[in-house]
Amino acid sequence: MDAHSQEVDRLRSVFRTGVTIPEEFRRTQLTNLISMIKENEEHILNALHEDLAKPKFEAILSEVDMVINELYYALDNLGGWMKLEYVAKNLATKVDDCFIRREPLGVVLIIGAWNYPLQLLILPMVGAIAAGNCVVLKPSEVSAATGRLVAQLIPKYLSQDCYTVVSGGAEETKALLQNRFDHIFYTGSQNVARSILQAAAVHLTPVTLELGGKSPCFIYGEVNIKAAACRLAWAKFFNAGQSCVAPDYVLCTESIRDALLSALREVLEDFYGKEPQDSPDMSRIVSQRHWTRLVDLLRNSNGKVVLGGESNEEDKYIAPTVLVDVAEDDALMKEEIFGPILPIITVESLQQGIDIINSQEKPLALYVFSDDSSVVKTVLEKTSSGGFCSNDGIVYMTLPGLPFGGVGASGYGSSHGRWGFEDFSHRRACMLRGWALERLNGLRYPPYRENKLSWLRWTASPKSCSLM
Amino acid sequence: MSQHQLVVQRARRSFQTGKTKPLEFRIHQLKNLLRFISERRRDIADAVKRDLGKSEHGTELFETLVLEGEINLAIEKLAEWAAPRPVEKNLLILTDEVYVQPEPLGVVLIIGAWNYPWAVTLQPLVGVIAAGNAGIIKPSEVSSHSAKVMEELLPLYLDKDLYPVVTGGVSETQELLKLRFDHVFYTGSSTVGKLVMEAAARHLTPVTLELGGKSPCYIDKNCDIRIACRRITWGKFINCGQTCIAPDYILCEPCIQGRVVECIRQTLLEFYGADPKCSPDYGRIINLRHFNRVMSLMEGYTPVVGGQSDASQRYIAPTVLKDVPPHSRLMQEEIFGPLLPIVTVSDMDDAINFINEREKPLALYIFCSDKKAIKRMIEETTSGGVTVNDVMMHYTLSSLPFGGVGQSGMGRYHGKHSFDQLSHQRACLIRSLGMEGINRARYPPQDRRRARRVRMALKSPLIDMSKRTFVWAVSVSIIAFGLFIALVVILLIAAGLNCTCWYWRGFYN
Repeated sequence: MDAHSQEVDRLRSVFRTGVTIPEEFRRTQLTNLISMIKENEEHILNALHEDLAKPKFEAILSEVDMVINELYYALDNLGGWMKLEYVAKNLATKVDDCFIRREPLGVVLIIGAWNYPLQLLILPMVGAIAAGNCVVLKPSEVSAATGRLVAQLIPKYLSQDCYTVVSGGAEETKALLQNRFDHIFYTGSQNVARSILQAAAVHLTPVTLELGGKSPCFIYGEVNIKAAACRLAWAKFFNAGQSCVAPDYVLCTESIRDALLSALREVLEDFYGKEPQDSPDMSRIVSQRHWTRLVDLLRNSNGKVVLGGESNEEDKYIAPTVLVDVAEDDALMKEEIFGPILPIITVESLQQGIDIINSQEKPLALYVFSDDSSVVKTVLEKTSSGGFCSNDGIVYMTLPGLPFGGVGASGYGSSHGRWGFEDFSHRRACMLRGWALERLNGLRYPPYRENKLSWLRWTASPKSCSLM
Repeated sequence: MSQHQLVVQRARRSFQTGKTKPLEFRIHQLKNLLRFISERRRDIADAVKRDLGKSEHGTELFETLVLEGEINLAIEKLAEWAAPRPVEKNLLILTDEVYVQPEPLGVVLIIGAWNYPWAVTLQPLVGVIAAGNAGIIKPSEVSSHSAKVMEELLPLYLDKDLYPVVTGGVSETQELLKLRFDHVFYTGSSTVGKLVMEAAARHLTPVTLELGGKSPCYIDKNCDIRIACRRITWGKFINCGQTCIAPDYILCEPCIQGRVVECIRQTLLEFYGADPKCSPDYGRIINLRHFNRVMSLMEGYTPVVGGQSDASQRYIAPTVLKDVPPHSRLMQEEIFGPLLPIVTVSDMDDAINFINEREKPLALYIFCSDKKAIKRMIEETTSGGVTVNDVMMHYTLSSLPFGGVGQSGMGRYHGKHSFDQLSHQRACLIRSLGMEGINRARYPPQDRRRARRVRMALKSPLIDMSKRTFVWAVSVSIIAFGLFIALVVILLIAAGLNCTCWYWRGFYN
């Protein structure tokens, strides 16, 4: 416990020296991170395979490349992000320098997750470094191999004074949270988020929460069912369904359901062959505990398994599984699935589907598949979610220009690109005035007079600028 | 179900009907709020007079003027703020629509403060309404007259279900905080701020905390001390020092301390006369509890200016104390009263260290004529906001975000910042089901060739906008153009045409 406090204090005193502030320093660290990933790609892929049996292709796409793209994006834009932002003025402040200065917060804590052990740890770190902070990284202990690798590599490539990795489980994290941080970035579950927020409240530490939820996938109206099935299956079974933005369940009409099932059957065979367990492109469940959780969910469900359903405990394997006739109060609808199990709920109308979506907590992502743009528009307008994507899954989060974050029970704050930079910065309002115009100031001093007030109203109004 | 639960449920049900979505509805409510302020000016001024002894003029200046400005700005800019915000793309989604759509959060709880009971409680409400939320307004019970007027009159102007006013004290607020909101906006002390954040944590509710702290005011020995002291005196003693961004204490070198005291004394005479107690422009402490608190801070110190008090009126004279030691009680907590301690430092570096040893303040004030020194001081410290060569004015410009950092708070508001703070920025990607060919590359089964294509497509940014590339692109273009001209000339010569002869012939004809 003491060791952690010492580490945090050490980082804080280093931060106070101002070493992380200059743009050059931040660029160097970010460039070093690129080297770290590029030079150790093989090791990273092996670690990810050890943790999740992650296929090389998925690991490159969703972990390595995502982080590298984010790093290049940050390097390209850092200068612009760090610049002083001059703001619109009114008459009273016409000759003043008024700007917003982005400043680092201090020592920030980033707690990673196990499903994308590299991306969910390093991607937020890019924003934190770009913003000029010192960082404590806490990789998930569930994805142990990647955690060990990160703990090994970070001190080799980044400044050991400013960035450190803390390993350990729930107890270690709890101890770590007793310390005071200037921002906490947490990716994970709602229950743990609550205790993190409680710990943060003691120190008035701001928090970014990237949580999950049940991301609905609504298929309605005129739709190219083959294309929809491809994209849906890809998004759902990527990483064996263990993505916070995976489509959790499907809502569709009976006729679409039947077409969807035959399309899915074909697509799944195209993707993984007749025996998905033998396909090198199918991931595994991360741990025995989660495997058991998923198998129990399947067992307790009242839906009918129409595709897949096989599982193997030793291999932590669950086949891509699709169920129909799933009711709203089914076991599968009570928690975020986070596995390769896809329930299909049949609805009779667009409004019924929207009502089901709105009866649940606000999800992290919401998907609509339809060739009818009015259907897409209606669902978009009548629901809320962290992000929204029509006619595809997951890809919206690869765009660094879009904020990635939740709302309501799926979290708050955002990351990726400039959004991450802003979340890890303080926007300091600065107004630099001169010594002149003291007579103008006289309008506001006591003794108060009525005529002074009307002059003041005029100078303070935003419209008065147009007269100049 | 308790009264509070019913009120919140009603607000949520009303929000869920979607009636706050259309911009016309929000603008209508904002216009009604504006009408409320102008039609009920008298009632508002009377309430503030009874709560804080503030004159009608003072109320106008510091409460309603600011509010009216915010409302007018929101009405004018709402369409722009609420519109979808486009975003840059990569190769894969070149033909799709990508944007960020601001959306309402739901039901927001606003907990107001007593020092500017109208400005601090209703300014967040402007953001709540503009962003399309429902809002539960909980004014501070300490400024009880204002709370009463708000409870009675606001429902006559705003939608009763969507924007109810809930009154009560500490226990009622605690009960309210047990319920679930989509955002909690709290203005007040850091101590209560922690409790608010903790309560909100149970529901994973985001919070905006506008807290306080000790806002330092540094006076450089080489600046115009007379003007500096006038501005500081103004900021410190309005509302009897009960302003979250009031300059809490002064830092200066011992050689100018005497002059600072004299200038302040002179300015006080100008502003409030020989006996501030008789000035209609000088306020009172909000209640006896705070009166006693502020008086006890002075214990053991003899002021050089002021020091008089009258408990029956909750009056404390504008007071200045010099050579205050850093460990005194005066320097341990936010004063929030008309006591102005001066702490001496040896130079600007000493002042910077003094500030950095303490919690991050809500505001920092620097009086200095040296641009380089000002820049250094800003860069080597941090605070919610800064005003240089004046006090508090950064609050008045709505394009500047107003908020704290560290112990002085989290989140920001004013102008568009209020709208953004109280909205959810929803990432939207609108694709079509066509062009499936491109997508094939990312599906299993996977091979190296496909992988390479996908990596290329997902590469971001699409166009490298860095300066280096720009310079490269421009210079290459110039060279290419030059080469092109050279090529044309060579071709013309090769074709046997004498260019100069051409030119003269044309000229003489």
